[in-house]
Amino acid sequence: MPNVLLKTEHLSRSFGGLQAVRDVSIAVEEGSFHSVIGPNGAGKTTFFNMISGAIKPSSGKVFFAGNEITGLPLHRMIHLGIGRAYQITSLFPSLSVAENVRLAAQARGRDTFKFWQHSDRFERYHERAQAALKLVGLRGVEQVLASALPHGDKRKLELALLLASEPRLLLLDEPTAGMAANQVPELIEIIQQLRQSGQHTIILVEHRMDVVMSISDQITVMHGGSVLAEGTPQAIAADPRVQQAYLGELYDDVLTQPHEVAHDTNS
Amino acid sequence: MQRLRPLLPLVAIGGLASLPFAFAADTTRFWQGVFIQIFILAIYALSYDLLMGYTGMISFGHALFFGAGGYTAAILLRQAEPPSMLIVIAAVIVVGATIGAAVGALSLRVSGVYFSMITLALAEIAFILFKADDPKLKPITGGEIGLQGIVVPAAIDATTYRLRFYFLTLACMVGLYYAARRLINSPTGRVFVAIRENEPRATALGYNTLHFKLLATAISSTIAALAGMLMVLYEKSASFEMLSVNLTIQALLMTIIGGIGTLIGPMLGAATIRLLDHGLKGEFMQALLPAWLRPDLVFGIVYVVLVLFFPAGLMGAIRKLRGKTSRSSVERLRQAMKPKAES
Repeated sequence: MPNVLLKTEHLSRSFGGLQAVRDVSIAVEEGSFHSVIGPNGAGKTTFFNMISGAIKPSSGKVFFAGNEITGLPLHRMIHLGIGRAYQITSLFPSLSVAENVRLAAQARGRDTFKFWQHSDRFERYHERAQAALKLVGLRGVEQVLASALPHGDKRKLELALLLASEPRLLLLDEPTAGMAANQVPELIEIIQQLRQSGQHTIILVEHRMDVVMSISDQITVMHGGSVLAEGTPQAIAADPRVQQAYLGELYDDVLTQPHEVAHDTNS
Repeated sequence: MQRLRPLLPLVAIGGLASLPFAFAADTTRFWQGVFIQIFILAIYALSYDLLMGYTGMISFGHALFFGAGGYTAAILLRQAEPPSMLIVIAAVIVVGATIGAAVGALSLRVSGVYFSMITLALAEIAFILFKADDPKLKPITGGEIGLQGIVVPAAIDATTYRLRFYFLTLACMVGLYYAARRLINSPTGRVFVAIRENEPRATALGYNTLHFKLLATAISSTIAALAGMLMVLYEKSASFEMLSVNLTIQALLMTIIGGIGTLIGPMLGAATIRLLDHGLKGEFMQALLPAWLRPDLVFGIVYVVLVLFFPAGLMGAIRKLRGKTSRSSVERLRQAMKPKAES
């Protein structure tokens, strides 16, 4: 039986009176592709923020590779092997594409405090950055400023930053968010390749069901902060509760309550 | 032109080194003095740019670091048996780094404009303490009179060996400039820039940004302290004016006029401000300008005009000539002043 890489136990978080995530327990096997889906406002991003260390849970625990990591500071996470791409693109705008990715690679090394040497002398970070850029299909724009990239390429760069950090666990928060429809297949293709390379365990958050069905091993469906269903894509597709959540009354319910949408953003 | 660029620093250093011999014999001593002050202010501006231009932190208390170096040197040199100059320099570095780290530790829990306000408050506390006529403090600080009659080691006495002191400050400026340049291009310096660009992202990449901001503050403070020490060696006195808000504003103006985040720009800014000041207060301009047009007023107008026409400073204007764009000072200030979201 494969190892469980990431496990959450009864994870909950409330903001004031609003319970954004309620008692979520999941287990993600090493090497698997696990998707977390749910309508807007289901608590997916809050759940992700707790795994990645961006916010602390109100209660519950997170385990990574057998060790408890609940409440560790954000900057420690990547060194444990947990990396995250953001739903809202977060780059270093007036630095070049190459430098953006190089900084991500450098963060994993032990040379950051060598303040008497030129950063160009550390070839390995440059190479790792190049490899990451190649993986996401961003070549030939290395010297362009990140702020000058078109939106689709910014999303790719976001992914390259994550890959250059060489995490064991990739947390992808709606990687296709805001992308033009014709660019989405290309990004899905990149994610497919990551999955097939077999080097990563991936957790993907999406609100679009069609994206996750074909590539996931396991799917967790969240609704109203809780786990509604969990299982293989086939099981999820056949689950009447999920169908209801996405197509029936429950989804309508969410649509008519805009305040629930508001907390599903990056804090 | 492009091939000649690497020679530019040599030309600049060569030019400054031969400058004292270019003036007429009766005025050269005066001009050496002006340029000694420019070099010292350039070091001070350089230290400010490391913090503001590269790490994206606007300190409103930078005079504290300058004054700390100045008073440390002054107090040590006024001892009955003053320690050797090497010990004075070491003490200035230690005090500069310690005060920088302490100010950082007290203020870096917050960011943006809150950081600026706390640094301002800390510097004002020092200003008030050093100006105070308190019977306990005065023997150490000199109060409003300051510390006068400092005996500088004869070999670097700016009165007897003005030219030697000129070359000493020039060497300090060039050396510290290259050290700062090297820092900025190092892996550490690249993280400073990453923090300026997007601090939450730098944290998410795995950098403990608090450590880097503390380091940047300590380094910047140390360089400012060395500038303060040189000023005391030159003036042979230390006064509470060194700790005043006015001096912090000078750093801010020199950096903005020269070009934020360019290192060389703020140094040019230091020269611009100092020379402008001399020009405006000189006999020639005084005779030319009507009495109501005070030099400070003229300077204010010149400053507004510079910011209007060179929104990215002098270096920004030079970059523009070479077909490159720079972000305007206003834009950079706005970014640096914005408090980061605390999560």
